[in-house]
Amino acid sequence: MTTTRRELLSAGLVAAGAAATPVLAGAQEPGHDHDHQAVPSDPTLRVKALESLLVTKGIVDPAALDALVDTYEHKVGPRNGARVVARAWVDPRYKQRLLAHSTAAIAELGYGGEEGEVMLVVENTARVHNLVVCTLCSCYPWPVLGLPPVWYKSAAYRSRSVIDPRGVLREFGLKLPDDVTVQVWDSTAQVRYLVLPERPPGTEKMSEQDLAALVTRDAMVGVAKVTVPEGAKL
Amino acid sequence: MNGIHDMGGMQDMGPVRPEKNEPVFHAAWERRVFALDMAVDETNRYEIELIPPADYLRMSYYEKWLTSLIETLKKGGLATSAEIESGKAAGGIISGRHVLSVAEVAAMIVPPPEAKVPITAVPRFHVEQRVRARNINPMGHTRLPRYLRGKLGTIERMWGVESPWDTDTEGRRIDDKPQSVYSVRFAARELWGDQASQRDSVYADLWEGYLEAA
Repeated sequence: MTTTRRELLSAGLVAAGAAATPVLAGAQEPGHDHDHQAVPSDPTLRVKALESLLVTKGIVDPAALDALVDTYEHKVGPRNGARVVARAWVDPRYKQRLLAHSTAAIAELGYGGEEGEVMLVVENTARVHNLVVCTLCSCYPWPVLGLPPVWYKSAAYRSRSVIDPRGVLREFGLKLPDDVTVQVWDSTAQVRYLVLPERPPGTEKMSEQDLAALVTRDAMVGVAKVTVPEGAKL
Repeated sequence: MNGIHDMGGMQDMGPVRPEKNEPVFHAAWERRVFALDMAVDETNRYEIELIPPADYLRMSYYEKWLTSLIETLKKGGLATSAEIESGKAAGGIISGRHVLSVAEVAAMIVPPPEAKVPITAVPRFHVEQRVRARNINPMGHTRLPRYLRGKLGTIERMWGVESPWDTDTEGRRIDDKPQSVYSVRFAARELWGDQASQRDSVYADLWEGYLEAA
């Protein structure tokens, strides 16, 4: 067993007695020179060479690589999360389950797995606004939102969300009144967070499907509210 | 390690710049790096943290993945620098290693059966208890961000048990004994003083070993 990245990501809160075996036997002493490459000069060629090498050596199956790309480019994404949110808006009992047992309620809609072994849904209200960040790296609820956007992984977002969440939200065009409580969730362990945004007013007659179409990724990270586009059929 | 990756609370990183209609990947090579990294499944987060700070800030996300993947392949004896440079294998097939399959990829996005996690550690703290994040400065990997160290918080929720992911300077896990993990709430003013709103707070999920009774 090695301390692999996927294990880091997916161990869930189970990992009783995982073995701690040296993997990085050649790791440098911190403080000494690193022999890390600088930014690869031509990533396209470099990655092609690397893939060809790893296929030749039998370390990776090229069909599995294609499946990984297809899965995370097309099969999971914020549309999944939007379906969860819309269901919670129209079904109060589902919403109750979603807030109390988030991972299981999300699984009811068929979503779960990698980077979402333990999820918590936090609810935005008129009084409380939730914002999700990973200050140490890029942890994000893949089953419901897909892979994170560049800004979520950026130094600016990761550094400032915890010290100046209201300033960060203003940059996204969201000005919160002083009497709203801001809760920032720093994803430091295995738990992944999804924000349940407020249902916009005037949407009482909309179908679940139409509601899902209103829900954006940004609203489910907590950097935006869900709004109804002008002229939308309510 | 008190590295550049542990950036919560820094203020000089400029504005957040969201991209309109952002694609999942920005270049074909990013797709392949993502897939290779997932398939090789050896990359340790500590390896990314070891990227020198100036490079860390300059590199794009998948450049960091590529860098750490290459380091991991070399250190794990899966490929040599010469092989990686040339793309040509010097030896034969590496056998006896699990190769990620298409079926396993398909299973990645399927909710697993609900796991009944045995609670193998007696929690030292309880919900609503006041705790202080310990002032530790390890050289390896840790999940206790610097901005929380020494700060007072309140246990809000118990998450069950898990072995901590902290490593030594060679990336080896230090402690494989499961510990309780807690959701801890820190008042924004405890972290940042009076400039923060009295209403606001930051939640973090912390292993028991990071905490002491307050």
